[in-house]
Amino acid sequence: MKTYTYTEKKDTRSGFGAGLAELGRTNPNVVALCADLIGSLKMNTFIDENPDRFFQIGIAEANMMGIAAGLTIGGKIPFTGTFANFSTGRVYDQIRQSIAYSGKNVKICASHAGLTLGEDGATHQILEDIGLMKMLPGMVVINPCDYNQTKAATIAIADYDGPVYLRFGRPSVPVFMPENEEFVIGKAIQLQEGNDVTIVATGHLVWEALEAAKTLNEEGVSADVINIHTIKPLDDEAILKSVAKTGCIVTAEEHNYLGGLGESVSRVLALNNPTPQEFVATNDTFGESGTPAQLMAKYGLNSDAIIKKAKAVIARK
Amino acid sequence: MASTQQLEDLTTQVRRDILRMVHKVNSGHPGGSLGCAEFFVALYTELLERNEGFNMDGIGEDLFFLSNGHISPVYYSVLARSGYFDVDELNTFRLINSRLQGHPTTHEGLPGIRIASGSLGQGMSVAIGAAQAKKLNDDNHLIYSLHGDGELQEGQNWEAIMYASAKKVDNLISTIDLNGQQIDGSTDTVLPMGSIKEKFEAFGWVVIEIENGNDIESILTGMNEAKSNTGQGKPVCVLLKTVMGNGIDFMMHTHAWHGKAPNDEQLAIGLAQNPVTLGDY
Repeated sequence: MKTYTYTEKKDTRSGFGAGLAELGRTNPNVVALCADLIGSLKMNTFIDENPDRFFQIGIAEANMMGIAAGLTIGGKIPFTGTFANFSTGRVYDQIRQSIAYSGKNVKICASHAGLTLGEDGATHQILEDIGLMKMLPGMVVINPCDYNQTKAATIAIADYDGPVYLRFGRPSVPVFMPENEEFVIGKAIQLQEGNDVTIVATGHLVWEALEAAKTLNEEGVSADVINIHTIKPLDDEAILKSVAKTGCIVTAEEHNYLGGLGESVSRVLALNNPTPQEFVATNDTFGESGTPAQLMAKYGLNSDAIIKKAKAVIARK
Repeated sequence: MASTQQLEDLTTQVRRDILRMVHKVNSGHPGGSLGCAEFFVALYTELLERNEGFNMDGIGEDLFFLSNGHISPVYYSVLARSGYFDVDELNTFRLINSRLQGHPTTHEGLPGIRIASGSLGQGMSVAIGAAQAKKLNDDNHLIYSLHGDGELQEGQNWEAIMYASAKKVDNLISTIDLNGQQIDGSTDTVLPMGSIKEKFEAFGWVVIEIENGNDIESILTGMNEAKSNTGQGKPVCVLLKTVMGNGIDFMMHTHAWHGKAPNDEQLAIGLAQNPVTLGDY
């Protein structure tokens, strides 16, 4: 079993900020837009270094999405920045018509996704955004797991021609992915090899999956752990290869089980290799105020929850 | 520059195209399309500095965005007659597998279209983005956009209107089709909007009024005045007073033909009022 360690915890939004700053230095067509949340999105370095390529829109997210669509006409690559809730649900029709249907090369960069936004509560804790975005034809949906992967994903999406939803978060989480690992859109990353159960996780749940695998291993259960940073297009092959070996699967995400990663995995399995599956996800509910750790425990989104679901799904084989 | 007679002939032919397109599929939006026929003819014939062919990025040319996408018949007719695609393709309007969708889209690759529109209120934001891209590219060409007056009830417009003046987007000319009609009746009965002129001025725009928006000479005079006001730190709004259904007597001055096609008899009457000029598609 591989050992994963970390020396520091960092927020994934800072990985976005670092990736955007690097793009500012390397890609003259990259422009950034923000709806009054520069500090929260960690966009300061890009703005300081490229003031002419930054557009402060004010608190007007619908206008931001339209302006981003317009900026692509003339060859710009716009990165929009606001909270995940205001990046998706608030502006769904603007994204649908002006960006997705129009095939515009806009990168919708969404911070503070999920419960780990914490104390601000349910108005800001969107748990439906993956579903909203993955349903849009042509939209790529990416949810990286740590600082390094978020930075790499931010840089990688600039080279992809088409609309992308990039989802990341607020809390500091372990930095465990290699610093210079290439990010390939749609290519899952195998983190642990195991034979008893497959654990497929995205975003903040990837570290929890590794912790769960460690505990399961101590109890004699070997888990195959896969980091699915790209929910659409989904790496069907990696999932099918793993379940062919393990015969059961747990999906883990900071999102409603309706519309999330788990349902996308279910479809792949139903079409190719029907397999027992358990879901670590919120159970069709809104969130509430609390610390990130309290919320993840209360709503069953941590390593303990993954261990329980792993044992449950193994029993169903 | 085309003669007034040439522009009027083209307008008459565009009216015929609009009627025939919506009649064939018994659907579509003739009222607003007819009201804006002169504007589109003036825009594509005399106002826009256009490059040969079509390139999505539109570097080195003026660009136009239609926000009230339901008036696609006039847009398609004028695009075809301006050389973006063959006029025969107007036969496919709203049919299965057509590039001429009910509302304009880039999705089917129709030359001349740079954004999908139809869900209202989004076009001004897109036009602003394109205008800001022009500035980043040191491209001195202009962005034109067209919006319905009823469409201004969508809140996103006011985000865009506030932004454009605050950020000095002065390479943008947004025209409002003031026909005073929307689906459920007149704008004054559905949702009175007060003085649109005063609202735009209060938001920091230069406002140019065209009293007779169905007269090509008046349109050219007003639009050239709008052009001369660009580049001076403020976005420019043109209030184009038009008559919905213009050119077909029984369709004029009513919202009834917003989204309704003429029957065979009505088509014949409308076409008789607008005899063939350049030739039907």
